Amino acid sequence: MSSTADVIILGAGIVGAACARACASRGLKTLVVDSGFVGGGATAAGMGHIVAMDDSPAQLTLTRYSQQLWHALAPGLPPEVEFEQCGTLWVAADAEEMEEVRRKCALYESSGIPAEILDAHALAQAEPQLARPLAGALLVPSDAVLYPPSAAAFLMRTAMEAGARLLAPQQVLSAANGRVRLASGEELHAARIVNACGADSVALLPELPIRKRKGHLVITDRYPGFLHHQLVELGYLRSAHAVAADSVAFNVQPRKTGQILIGSSREFGAEDASIHHSLLAAMVARAQQYLPRLADLDAIRVWTGFRAATPDKLPLIGTWPKDDSLFLATGHEGLGITTSLATARLLVALLLNEEPPIPAEPYLPARFLSRSAQENRIFAHAPEQSHA
Amino acid sequence: MKESFDLVVAGAGPAGIAAAVTAAEAGLRVAVVDDNPAPGGQIWRSGAHLPRSAQHWIARLHRSSAVPLLGWRIFDSPEPNLLCAEPSSFPPSSPNGSSLPPHRRHAELRFKKLILATGARERFLPFPGWTLPNVMGAGALDALVRGGLPIAGKRVVVAGTGPLLLAVAAHLARRGAKIVTVCEQASFAQLARFAAHLALEPAKLAQGAGFALALRSARLRTGCWPIAAHGTDRLRAVTLRQGHNFWDVDCDYLACGFHLVPNIELPALLACRIAGGFVSTNGLLETSVPGIYCAGEPTGIGGVELALLEGEIAALAASAQTARAQKVARRRRRKLAFVRALERACTLDPQLRTLPAEDTFICRCEDVPYAALCSRSSWREAKLHTRCGMGPCQGRICGTATEFLFGWNADSVRPPVFPALVANLAVSPARTHDFNGASAASRAGVAAPTHAFKETR
Repeated sequence: MSSTADVIILGAGIVGAACARACASRGLKTLVVDSGFVGGGATAAGMGHIVAMDDSPAQLTLTRYSQQLWHALAPGLPPEVEFEQCGTLWVAADAEEMEEVRRKCALYESSGIPAEILDAHALAQAEPQLARPLAGALLVPSDAVLYPPSAAAFLMRTAMEAGARLLAPQQVLSAANGRVRLASGEELHAARIVNACGADSVALLPELPIRKRKGHLVITDRYPGFLHHQLVELGYLRSAHAVAADSVAFNVQPRKTGQILIGSSREFGAEDASIHHSLLAAMVARAQQYLPRLADLDAIRVWTGFRAATPDKLPLIGTWPKDDSLFLATGHEGLGITTSLATARLLVALLLNEEPPIPAEPYLPARFLSRSAQENRIFAHAPEQSHA
Repeated sequence: MKESFDLVVAGAGPAGIAAAVTAAEAGLRVAVVDDNPAPGGQIWRSGAHLPRSAQHWIARLHRSSAVPLLGWRIFDSPEPNLLCAEPSSFPPSSPNGSSLPPHRRHAELRFKKLILATGARERFLPFPGWTLPNVMGAGALDALVRGGLPIAGKRVVVAGTGPLLLAVAAHLARRGAKIVTVCEQASFAQLARFAAHLALEPAKLAQGAGFALALRSARLRTGCWPIAAHGTDRLRAVTLRQGHNFWDVDCDYLACGFHLVPNIELPALLACRIAGGFVSTNGLLETSVPGIYCAGEPTGIGGVELALLEGEIAALAASAQTARAQKVARRRRRKLAFVRALERACTLDPQLRTLPAEDTFICRCEDVPYAALCSRSSWREAKLHTRCGMGPCQGRICGTATEFLFGWNADSVRPPVFPALVANLAVSPARTHDFNGASAASRAGVAAPTHAFKETR
């Protein structure tokens, strides 16, 4: 038995769902295949923030563009997506970090992203639960949070309303040269195949420079009013220099439910989903340094997930030069929720040979083919920003 | 608090008490941990009218050298031979424990051997109106009455399945309640087979006769269950169904319980093998994890007498008294037929799957209606896409219901197995380094703000 489509998308996480929606709305006959259910992988494990992030100019361009797409979509999102524009406070602990606040503020403003510097007093007023004294913060009001599984479900539902089909649960054995073989024995055909399998992308394409980067999250019971903004420590840039592979950062969100979501941790080389107790303890202890009263709240659940990390912290979007039929939409690390919509726009432009809405070059998979396989495997421990 | 013991017993119900007493009397340094403030578990909940045997065992526990860690709840096992616990409640002066010193908020209990006596909980099946005030678990109403809830003159419908219904009805009747009817979902044939089995157990027969005496004015209906509870601010009436007959009865309370499900979250967290919903053990009750034993309902629902025997066996085995353990184990084996007979007698009628209406809440923590779950294909999908089971009870109530309604298997168990203070997740005995070093905040010497967050729950 075989089935054909214009484009087959492998993976129904938020990136695959966004791509399906974009493809179907452009009239492409779209088929989505997932081994589980919509939004059940890294999408279900992530924090769900829509943030502008400036690890590199290309990252800022992509996150900003995608954030604008989310804001345009927001009025039509159903309530279960829990979209809330709470803004982010990049918290500075000392004068040195306040310098970074000013640098970041100038960069954001020059990129058209509204930002505001809060001094210590204004920060304490904005978030009374924060420890004192802190030096201040950068407020980025356009940042938002949402509930990712419902967001992915919404994107997939609208994709299907536009004609896309979903095949799940279906295990994919191979995908190459316009053919997708399923464990069921079925073979699917399409001129274009999109690998949007996140950290599992490498199972189908072992050459990909993607590694699993495990993270932990904790969610509390409901405490409405405890926090008002997403909070991220600015000092992560500096402290990240001290580590080899494992690290924790203060990143906490108020959810629309009143729950507090506590992150984040980063770990290479961990393949099983079990809780790493000492890393969890360090992560929670760090959050408590900034929010001492977190200590008294009830944590109701802890979980882990796997980010799809690339060496340069930018996703892989576009054709895979070794196979004309194969496209990639993967490697989003901790920014898949934010950048899913921009990824879909870029991908469709590349699929249809149209002018991309933003320059596509920084995200093209071809950038890694000039390097040796070994270089792709060795990830530089470059400074990076905290994002869950 | 950091303490080490030869043996930790998790749970102070009948199995846990028997285990702790047996091991302590054999000279082991024993701790018995339970989230209730008094020993006895659910079945011997403190209060008046405890059976003589219960009083005897509880007195023996108090006389023994076993260290009672009552009011402590085990929430994690971060490494082998270690349990973490926190208080199950805090004094009114400090509702979230924030002013208490760390040793009163967190306990690390090291053990050489562990006996899991975690007991069982009631299974609730959702039907329209089941969330109304005064519709409650049969065991829960029983406990409230033991705790002082006036029940004299109140009209009570007792419904569900299992021997607990009769025990609860009899107790409430002795306390002056008017038992309107006792509805047992099992068929008359199912019960008759079970009764024939009981005839082999004189003690249980005598107990049954006692129930019958206490309930002589109430009617026991078989193949009968509630299909709806009515009322606005509280329960007013219940619609019952027996075969093709439907009728309403007025009542003040509906005590409902569809048998018991074992508490296997802690055994699962400790990686003990689970089969068919129960903890697998060898004949001396050692689980698949060496040094960890299991006693009581988690090995199979068998009631108090079997739980006491199992507690004794596990303690004898854990204290290397193998010959004595084997001797008691022979007595246990003779009683296992009762476990199987009880399971058959309490097998749920498939028609009960049609109880919920579209808008009946299945998950009470997150207000998830039945209709939202019907299109889901697994418990994990339902959790992530509807929030079913995502509340503070961690799916303990709705998970057992959806297992029956949809045939979904429970998710993997992760710590914390009960909600725990965030502060207690930051305590890690294995913590050796700070990973990427101290945060800027800690270097800047920040202090907590001076006013507390007002709890709004």
